Amino acid sequence: MTRMEKEEFTITAYTENHVGLLHRITIIFTKRKVNIESITASESEKEGIHRFTIAVTETEEAVEKIVKQIEKQIEVLKADYYKNKEVVQQEVALYKIPSKSLTNGIEVERIVRQHNARFLTIEKDFLVIEKAGFRRETKALFDDLIPFGINEFVRSGRIAVSREEHGIGEYVQQILSKN
Amino acid sequence: MKIMESQIVTEQNKKINTQFINGAEAVVKILIEEQVEVAFGYPGGAIMPIYDALYDEQDRIQHVLARHEQGAIHAAQGFARVTTKPGVCLATSGPGATNLITGLADAQIDSTPLVCITGQVPSSLLGSDAFQETDVIGISMPVTKWNYQVTDANEIPEVLAKAFYIASSGRPGPVLIDITKDAQFQKFDYSYTCFKKIRSYVPKPEIDPSSIEEAASEINNAKRPLILFGQGVILANAEKEFKNLVEKTGIPSAWTILGLSALETDHPLNVGMLGMHGNYGPNLLTNECDVLIAIGMRFDDRVTGNLSKYAKQAKVIHLEIDPAEINKNVKADIPVLGDAKETITHLLKLVKPNSHENWLQRFIDCAKIEREKVIDKELNPDSETLSMGEVINIINKHTQGNAIIVSDVGQHQMVACRYSKFSKTKSNITSGGLGTMGFGLPAALGAKLGAPDRTVIAVIGDGGFQMTIQELATIYQTKAKVKILLLNNEFLGMVRQWQQLFFEKRYSSTEMINPDFQTIVKGYYIPTKKVTERDKLEKAIEEFLNFDGAYFLEVMVGKENNVFPMVPSGAGVSEIRLE
Repeated sequence: MTRMEKEEFTITAYTENHVGLLHRITIIFTKRKVNIESITASESEKEGIHRFTIAVTETEEAVEKIVKQIEKQIEVLKADYYKNKEVVQQEVALYKIPSKSLTNGIEVERIVRQHNARFLTIEKDFLVIEKAGFRRETKALFDDLIPFGINEFVRSGRIAVSREEHGIGEYVQQILSKN
Repeated sequence: MKIMESQIVTEQNKKINTQFINGAEAVVKILIEEQVEVAFGYPGGAIMPIYDALYDEQDRIQHVLARHEQGAIHAAQGFARVTTKPGVCLATSGPGATNLITGLADAQIDSTPLVCITGQVPSSLLGSDAFQETDVIGISMPVTKWNYQVTDANEIPEVLAKAFYIASSGRPGPVLIDITKDAQFQKFDYSYTCFKKIRSYVPKPEIDPSSIEEAASEINNAKRPLILFGQGVILANAEKEFKNLVEKTGIPSAWTILGLSALETDHPLNVGMLGMHGNYGPNLLTNECDVLIAIGMRFDDRVTGNLSKYAKQAKVIHLEIDPAEINKNVKADIPVLGDAKETITHLLKLVKPNSHENWLQRFIDCAKIEREKVIDKELNPDSETLSMGEVINIINKHTQGNAIIVSDVGQHQMVACRYSKFSKTKSNITSGGLGTMGFGLPAALGAKLGAPDRTVIAVIGDGGFQMTIQELATIYQTKAKVKILLLNNEFLGMVRQWQQLFFEKRYSSTEMINPDFQTIVKGYYIPTKKVTERDKLEKAIEEFLNFDGAYFLEVMVGKENNVFPMVPSGAGVSEIRLE
């Protein structure tokens, strides 16, 4: 892949927990008409420090410029980007299907086991299956469940950690300990 | 034990310094703490408590009542550009706040420090579509370096301290603080300390000594080096160091319009203006230099023309404070991150004295060609009609380059930048990145208030003048001695020039049927004069400059004159056209 071809990237940013920062980060993408495939934010391993994980399909050159603009925001401590092979990533998907599909034999149980998924809850009228994995894996389970009728389906954004011992969290720790 | 005692003393001092006041009073106290002497603004419902608090401090803070919030913010920009201190601007919620947006965008793209304070509806009404409620935080986010909404008076000291620090440190920029009306009324224990550190913010990147060494070695070995300097030199207060660098290395140096005046225009190594309407030599030779040293400039497309034809042969050294500017438009072979004053100081120690006489001669030769083909005709036209250039030329003669020239946007701006002489820094104030018509008049007022001892000349076209013409009232009210030069060609000249050159002379909506500006300006009690003939021009300019007070001089210039040279849109810099 050259820097000018589009590919999947995961952008990670460590930030202060500040009202409006999500908007400040997303407008960097809007300004360049870059679509955000998914975005998640949660508290990181460092107390009070939040971590954004943003999935995009773009050229490396564009991603590099976006990351610099993210890092430039006052409340951002550090931002970086990774190619797919440089991260361990997962998504979580929830599937709600009618309970009657359970009574029609063991087919659903077999599929759930086969996909390494699990039942989160089984109610009188519906049951909820949870599956964590890559996009293609959650999609494969989705396809297999279609015959039973899917009442609702939702997939979380990508979460990812780098394939380095510490990743950019180390830089963030340095910044925090200096202050 | 000693440390303990001093801690106790500090605590006591803090107690003594704490005052029980309301949020609005705190805002005004902080402005005084931050040594703000002039604030620009326009009152309204949601910011009334702050205006009420200002009433008690009129001796310490001059409030300039603009006639439109856009005028207020451009004036604050003009003030900031001549002082390099944050310009302060106040506006009410809703339309007051939205009227600031153009100025914020202008300040953001031109790195101008501003602290804007807007009133907001009471916090209990937020999100209810209350009267004059608008989401100014959301609207202003893309055009501010930082913004924040205050809903509790206790936040005011820390937030405003951060605002002043963020606006003026690192690469400067505009900050907007939105304060709800209830927070302005709320009483709290006030104490104030300036902010000098935010853990997530690195205003000046650490300098990498190896980048300095690499840059120095590249400069020392260069045969045909060229320096491009921008506003970064001025913002870093690095004019002296920069001049030393230029003189020691003997490198020809060209400027962006925001860098103009950082090095005097008559300096033998100042080879002129870059970009679309810049000088012939620096544009042409950008594509012949072997080392390009960019200092505090961001390779704007108006400077580079077509990037695929820009300085491909050169090694690029980029001295820059903002990491996001490195490799944004032009790939830097040697990025030198840091504050220009510091990086240039380090670089100065490692560069060898040199002169590049043959290379410099190339610029001199180009200047001669440009003079014959363009400049002589502009400054000494054989036509009956006056040219913009000859007006600027006579002004130079009388100011000796000591005036502050504030230009608006368009042909006259390019002419003012091309032909004005400058002997002092921070003297060319113009809207560069955003190209905001209407900037000139209010910015000139702000510049005059920021530099009261200097002559401030607003050079404006008939289009831009009518975009913020109401600020004549502000000039009248403040008695600011602003010299207003209107170069009237009865056209939106720059657009008309493009229509002539690239749209088959289809002059779509560029001709202006103007009012009688003389009558209008007289209505604002400002003395006026109109010149249409060459033999009356010089005397009129003398009167204009010598008059002790604001003065309006309107010069009728050729309706269909063009600004040359020109790098047409999409062309490379070396494809610059002289006619």
